[in-house]
Amino acid sequence: MAAPRHLAALPLFLASVSLLALAAAGAEDEGPRGRRLLVLLDDLAVRSSHSAFFGSLQARGFDLDFRLADDPKLSLHRYGQYLYDGLVLFAPSTPRFGGSVDQNAVLEFIDAGHDMILAADSSASDLIRGIATECGVDFDEDPEAMVIDHINYAVTDVEGDHTLIAGDDLIQSDVILGSKKIEAPVLFRGIGHVANPSNSMVLKVLYASPSAYSANPKTKLASPPSLTGSAISLVSVMQARNNARVLVSGSLDLFSNRFLKSGVQKAGSKARHERAGNEQFVTETSKWVFHERGHLKAGNVKHHKVGETNEPGMYRINDDLEYSVEIYEWSGTSWKPYVADDVQVQFFMMSPYVLKTLSTDKKGLYSTSFKVPDVYGVFQFKVEYQRLGYTGLSFTKQIPVRPYRHNEYERFIASAYPYYTASFSTMGAFFIFSFVYLYHK
Amino acid sequence: MAEPEVSSAAAGGGGRLRNAFGGVLCAFALLLIGVLAFSIRLFSVIKYESVIHEFDPYFNFRVTQFLSKNGIYEFWNWFDDRTWYPLGRVIGGTVYPGLTLTAGTIWWLLNSLNIPLSVETVCVFTAPIFSANASWATYLLTKEAKGTGAGLMAAAILAMVPSYISRSVAGSYDNEAVAIFALIFTFYLYVKTLNTGSLFYATLNALSYFYMVCSWGGYTFIINLIPMHVLLCIVTGRYSSRLYIAYAPLVILGTLLAALVPVVGFNAVMTSEHFASFLVFIILHVVALVYYIKGLLTPRLFKVAMTLVISVGLAVCFAVVAILVALVASSPTKGWSGRSLSLLDPTYASKYIPIIASVSEHQPPTWPSYFMDINVLAFLIPAGIISCFLPLSDASSFMVLYLVTAVYFSGVMVRLMLVLAPAACILSGIALSEVFGVLTRSMKTHLSKLFDDSPAAPKSGDSSPESSSSSVNTDSTKSENRTEKTETAPKEKPSKKNRKKKEVAESVPVKPKKEKRLLVLPFELSVMGILLLIVLGGFYVVHCVWAAAEAYSAPSIVLTSRSRDGMHVFDDFREAYAWLSHNTDVDDKVASWWDYGYQTTAMANRTVIVDNNTWNNTHIATVGTAMSSPEKAAWEIFNSLDVKYILVVFGGLVGYPSDDINKFLWMVRIGGGVFPHIKEPDYLRDGQYRVDAQATPTMLNCLMYKLCYYRFVETDGKGFDKVRGYEIGKKHFKLTHFEEVFTTHHWMVRIYKLKPQRNRVRGKLKKLKSNAKTSPALAAGRKKNPWQ
Repeated sequence: MAAPRHLAALPLFLASVSLLALAAAGAEDEGPRGRRLLVLLDDLAVRSSHSAFFGSLQARGFDLDFRLADDPKLSLHRYGQYLYDGLVLFAPSTPRFGGSVDQNAVLEFIDAGHDMILAADSSASDLIRGIATECGVDFDEDPEAMVIDHINYAVTDVEGDHTLIAGDDLIQSDVILGSKKIEAPVLFRGIGHVANPSNSMVLKVLYASPSAYSANPKTKLASPPSLTGSAISLVSVMQARNNARVLVSGSLDLFSNRFLKSGVQKAGSKARHERAGNEQFVTETSKWVFHERGHLKAGNVKHHKVGETNEPGMYRINDDLEYSVEIYEWSGTSWKPYVADDVQVQFFMMSPYVLKTLSTDKKGLYSTSFKVPDVYGVFQFKVEYQRLGYTGLSFTKQIPVRPYRHNEYERFIASAYPYYTASFSTMGAFFIFSFVYLYHK
Repeated sequence: MAEPEVSSAAAGGGGRLRNAFGGVLCAFALLLIGVLAFSIRLFSVIKYESVIHEFDPYFNFRVTQFLSKNGIYEFWNWFDDRTWYPLGRVIGGTVYPGLTLTAGTIWWLLNSLNIPLSVETVCVFTAPIFSANASWATYLLTKEAKGTGAGLMAAAILAMVPSYISRSVAGSYDNEAVAIFALIFTFYLYVKTLNTGSLFYATLNALSYFYMVCSWGGYTFIINLIPMHVLLCIVTGRYSSRLYIAYAPLVILGTLLAALVPVVGFNAVMTSEHFASFLVFIILHVVALVYYIKGLLTPRLFKVAMTLVISVGLAVCFAVVAILVALVASSPTKGWSGRSLSLLDPTYASKYIPIIASVSEHQPPTWPSYFMDINVLAFLIPAGIISCFLPLSDASSFMVLYLVTAVYFSGVMVRLMLVLAPAACILSGIALSEVFGVLTRSMKTHLSKLFDDSPAAPKSGDSSPESSSSSVNTDSTKSENRTEKTETAPKEKPSKKNRKKKEVAESVPVKPKKEKRLLVLPFELSVMGILLLIVLGGFYVVHCVWAAAEAYSAPSIVLTSRSRDGMHVFDDFREAYAWLSHNTDVDDKVASWWDYGYQTTAMANRTVIVDNNTWNNTHIATVGTAMSSPEKAAWEIFNSLDVKYILVVFGGLVGYPSDDINKFLWMVRIGGGVFPHIKEPDYLRDGQYRVDAQATPTMLNCLMYKLCYYRFVETDGKGFDKVRGYEIGKKHFKLTHFEEVFTTHHWMVRIYKLKPQRNRVRGKLKKLKSNAKTSPALAAGRKKNPWQ
């Protein structure tokens, strides 16, 4: 295995040099993520049985490194640098990884801002379950359990145990699933999982129908199943606070050539689809997971007084200011302007004093103008933009607001003229009085 | 100190030469006193180093740096965004600028003379320089009341009084250092105006008062004491045009000038502290009018007019009082502000305003502190008071009044002991000078008896005491006469008037007899007396030097301890601040209890949440609440304030008693005052504050306990706290929301960082059935903590 790789490395190296040159030429079009993926497999047979999925990744420019999960030379990083930008974990039954990789290494990999596709199966190992749990997804505790649906199963040639689900309960999100609607149901066979509804980071992308439940199909159901209905998630995604994305699927077969290529007919439905929705589903979700879509970046935050262009170090109360920020979205090949009408900026000091919706020029520039409140203190321009499927934008810029200087107040106030008159007339009167008193004999 | 007098007496006839000699000697003595006052305060520089001390001086130093860098207008308009985050503080409008401007001017002057001293050096030595000024001002003030001898004595005593040294050692760059000089000088100018009736001195007095207002909030003492004295003069029938000139311009000009200081502003006419001066101002005018009318009318007519005015006046008064009572009764606080209440009831603040009570220098002093701070002066003061009454003049009555009020205020607050010190020095100086005068005079009588012919002894013995006593008894007044006569004309006129009145009032002829009897002291007794007094003075000097060298010189940012193997230096504070300034981002916010706010901004240059300028109680209470909350709640509070680092001071390892654990109850009290879910009894076991095994769970789980004692057990294996003197209650624990980033050499300062929010939220892993080999990470996952 290793020798051919080394031989192959030379042309690859040359290619990468030229790629590097290309990348240098178009540096500004650098995507949010690199394209080196590590694929961990239980069995090298998966490489061929899931070749369609891998092929679509490679076609999109990813550089896949296939390794056995228990490869003793396995390592995610070397000399403090991560060797990969993403992880495809297609090793549901691996009890432990080889080399220096373990559960914590995988989690650190994610916490360092990398993405992962994790596919489990019934009889998933504790290791895989542990990683999933750390990502906020709990697989059914029964190791033999599978998702069973006696109503929404996929029609097969032989009447089976209804574990082959034809799922069409998909999340309503163009960002995650692409703008083209997935018409055909998605075939699924495997273990179900749940996510804590209070956990806002985990989204159920594909979930079971209300008639589904999770149980061991081979034994008789003794007690009511613990997981039932649409609470069961079949495929979930998690976007961490650092925007690392993880896809957890309860079925490895979901990605297989067989499911990708086969036709599907949902039980009780006349419509038979030539192709299952799997291909589109896995392609689109993998695009999302590896940040080819739904990745926003903001930059060029500017603010200045109305009529000026330089950014001041400090504002005065009641100043009029303009604030602008540029937001772009990664389209997979280039940064495109992001267009939305719900981006808001806060002028914030312990609580927002000003909350304004930014208007966009459709070229990525968002701007607004407002008056600084009549309160001094250390404020922040704060943009918190969290939208379903998109990476979170959260950036602040600190700016102090000072009160008036001593010479910025009005010198003469109209309503105070009686007082001025009074004081000056008293002064004059006193002067005259003193003069008369002293020199009038 | 009696030397000038002795020499003047010895010279006999040649008045001018003697005066000149006395003047030179006096000037030389004053110079030496100045040198003494300056040099006794240098122990801190010699023993430690030339650094700014304690807390407030660091703020003043930072402000001075800003001033010297940016100029006075920027300073005036300075909005500081590095303190009180996120509120900020308008420094220019909330600081007494006197000290800063003084040091800034000195620095600017030196630099323009091409003497390139750093701002820090100037700041360090400002206090000693001004204590020399203060002792000269004391000389002037005492001289106005009781003559040159008393003045020199008082100046020498003040130059080394421990109470004043404690606030003005080199490096103690605080408002009081300048303010005491301004206080004494203002009093001098007031007394001078009172003695001369010169409008020139009255104007100077107002300017000096303005300087005092610029320097220290204690100026309210002046603006209340002087009206009190004026009132006293009026009541005791000492009203004169001099009194009017001394007081009326001060109120008008002084108030106008005081209102120019941004921090005072309209307070000069709006707050209760200043009402007394206006009230007395009105009374003074009424009295002046009455005296004027009295001069116009015949006595009979005057009587009629008086009854008429009084009856009408009383009616008007009743009406006004009734209206006032109605107004006051309608207001919810009955018209009393917390401040005036705390003045009348010294325990008010400690009962109701914990933030005031939490400062140790706001506590009432203990008895030993009087003996520590003013030492033998405490015994000399009564003698000084007696001599002030012999004879009672406007000036000496002022001294007595000053002393009495200062004693009261020093009893309220230990900090105000500083105001008592000059009064104590002046009266002790007067007392000592009088005693020395009496003793040397009687010695001289006996000596002259000895040197004179022995056969004529009985006769001259009879006559000479009389003659000498008469000469001596008028000695002080005579010398006054002489000096006044030789001085300028405008000064003489009022003083003549003064004397005329006095002679009428006090019946001068009675006095000499009295004093004659006092003066006849046996030779041995007077020698003994002088020796004893010198020994007493010696003890005082020894005590003062000891206090200056040992008690009051520690800069409190560097601590030392002596043990068998030499001296240990604890430089942990600067170590921690240096760490912060080198390892954290410029805009990072550091939270600590407010004591360390000024130092953090000045030494580490990091933004702080609260500092020693305790202007916002709620903000301090927020920090107090966070410190007394469990970790998660505290994390949320600190995170909402954008805090990144937390600094705690911990003395348990080396036995440094003023650490955060000992201050913690105040955090609970102040926090609980605003956020009632923090309750003091939760932190006390049977009313006792403790952190050992008996401590309450709330106490053992609060953030302050955890941050102080985290990993403490690793030091000695037992977790023995040297300050509290027992083993701590909870020894092994982990921090969930904070991580330790730095602990100084002696563990005196510990810095923690807020952990970022968890990147992922872990799922609820239910118990894995029939799964023995649960990995530790999974086991930990069962905690229902979103941060875990």
